Amino acid sequence: MIEIRFHGRGGQGTVVASKILADAISKEGNYVQAYPEFGVERRGAPVFAFIRIDNKPIYDKSRIYRPDHVVVVDPTLVEAIDVTEGLKEGGMIIINTDKKPEELKFPDKYKVVTVNATGVAVKHKLGTMAAPIVNTAIVGAVVKLLKLTKLESVLEAVREGVPTKPEENASAAKEAYEKA
Amino acid sequence: MRKVIMGNHALSYGAMLGRAQVIAAYPITPQTQVVELLSEMCADKILDAKFIKVESEHSAMAACLGASLAGARTFTATSSQGLTLMHELLHWASGGRLPVVMGNINRAMAPGWSIWSDQNDSLSQRDTGWIQFYCSNNQEVLDTVIQAFKVSEKLLIPSMVILDAFTLSHTYEVVDVPKQAKVDKFLPPFKPEITVTPDDPHAFGGLTGPEHYFELRYKLQKDMEKAPALIEETGKEYEKMFGRYLGQVEEHCCDDAELILVTSGTMGSTARVAVDALREEGIKVGNLRIKVFRPFPFEKVRNIFKNAKKVAVIDRNISYGHHGMFFQEVKSAMYGHDHDLPIFGFITGLGGRDITPSTFREIAELSLEKNKPEEEIIWIGVNR
Repeated sequence: MIEIRFHGRGGQGTVVASKILADAISKEGNYVQAYPEFGVERRGAPVFAFIRIDNKPIYDKSRIYRPDHVVVVDPTLVEAIDVTEGLKEGGMIIINTDKKPEELKFPDKYKVVTVNATGVAVKHKLGTMAAPIVNTAIVGAVVKLLKLTKLESVLEAVREGVPTKPEENASAAKEAYEKA
Repeated sequence: MRKVIMGNHALSYGAMLGRAQVIAAYPITPQTQVVELLSEMCADKILDAKFIKVESEHSAMAACLGASLAGARTFTATSSQGLTLMHELLHWASGGRLPVVMGNINRAMAPGWSIWSDQNDSLSQRDTGWIQFYCSNNQEVLDTVIQAFKVSEKLLIPSMVILDAFTLSHTYEVVDVPKQAKVDKFLPPFKPEITVTPDDPHAFGGLTGPEHYFELRYKLQKDMEKAPALIEETGKEYEKMFGRYLGQVEEHCCDDAELILVTSGTMGSTARVAVDALREEGIKVGNLRIKVFRPFPFEKVRNIFKNAKKVAVIDRNISYGHHGMFFQEVKSAMYGHDHDLPIFGFITGLGGRDITPSTFREIAELSLEKNKPEEEIIWIGVNR
């Protein structure tokens, strides 16, 4: 079983990202469970989403306390909260930033990978310059880095799962997948 | 078709495939997506139903009762404060023998204001004459709605399909959504013997003197007593067509268990993880998940307990001044049958506090080390 925690801010589509990822993974017959932080979401406030992936039915309905990997959709969260809380040693931190991994101050026991999802989202005109919608680019990168499923499944899930601009979102996911 | 959907939408798809004809509902967190999707389905003509917007849950149930009396298959959904606002009309539904099917998302009762899960909302409605199904995954939610229509309409007794707030209502899982044509074969249209419509008006539920009322209630109970066998039969018929059997309980490793955990809802799913881990360590534990609380599956439970040495009942609810409500039922099941079976009563997870595999490990260890319970209620995870 793989357990992943997503960190974002309310309004960035973090929960939708976990849903699209779940859709993509399910297309190849795997079991998957995705859920948002159980609470009242507010725009701009830190939000979480969780995902469990397995090749057999998933019975555990408790929250994820020891994720295998974390995905940080909004890099400014690093100063607000501990995104590594409970993260297993050797776990991957996938973070949306234009910086290089060595510029970020994470402990050596984690594998840090940076993805410029914001750059990809802006290029494909997703959201606005001030508030780009980065979730589909994030999903593309996460799937590649963690070898979760095929690119075709991701593109299909993106086209079905976004409320607007299905082709632009699919292109963003593809570009992020290829760059990651 | 395999689809990744949230628990709330599993309720909506169940109502859609069951071809609900009238839906009257009022939104409340964490139920809102159930009726959001249903209203979209009605607007998009995917579902040929009348969607009635109302100003409160009391009115939602009132509209459902009127529609059901007119002969329509009727669905609604609510949660917590909304369910308890319906309380008066819940008695009307069962007393009027109107087979409404309702989704209820288990949410703790205020105050303090909570949107998180526990079972006190639905369990405090246990004596209203509704059948109560408790679900542990999204597939079961969808399948149960379809079966609930069938069971309810055969007995003319309403049903509640119940799922935990967030832990199921907002959790996405892979669900096999059956084909409409196949569901139609399983679930024929609702054709009640007696209807009251504007074209054929009659008085209904009016003054009923002591010479008649008693018999009406006797008949309600007699029909409720038919539910266990009917639920088993309906479950087997569903399994033949769809490959999934529901029934009244789910057993996991109970046959040779020295300790049987009794669970319900999503915690009954998490308990399996703990049971498997304990089994690997050679500790003989089993999990009995109760799916139907009303009518309580007394006979099933007694049969499963035949070889059990100990039982631990885990309640995500409390009857203040007494015990957890599943604990009460389990003890009552064994009365007159096995007075010596030690039954431990645990309460945990109120107001949405997480129930994890380690919760069940703690419960199993506590139950195995004692010969019999030393406290009426054993609290797990509370800060005293």
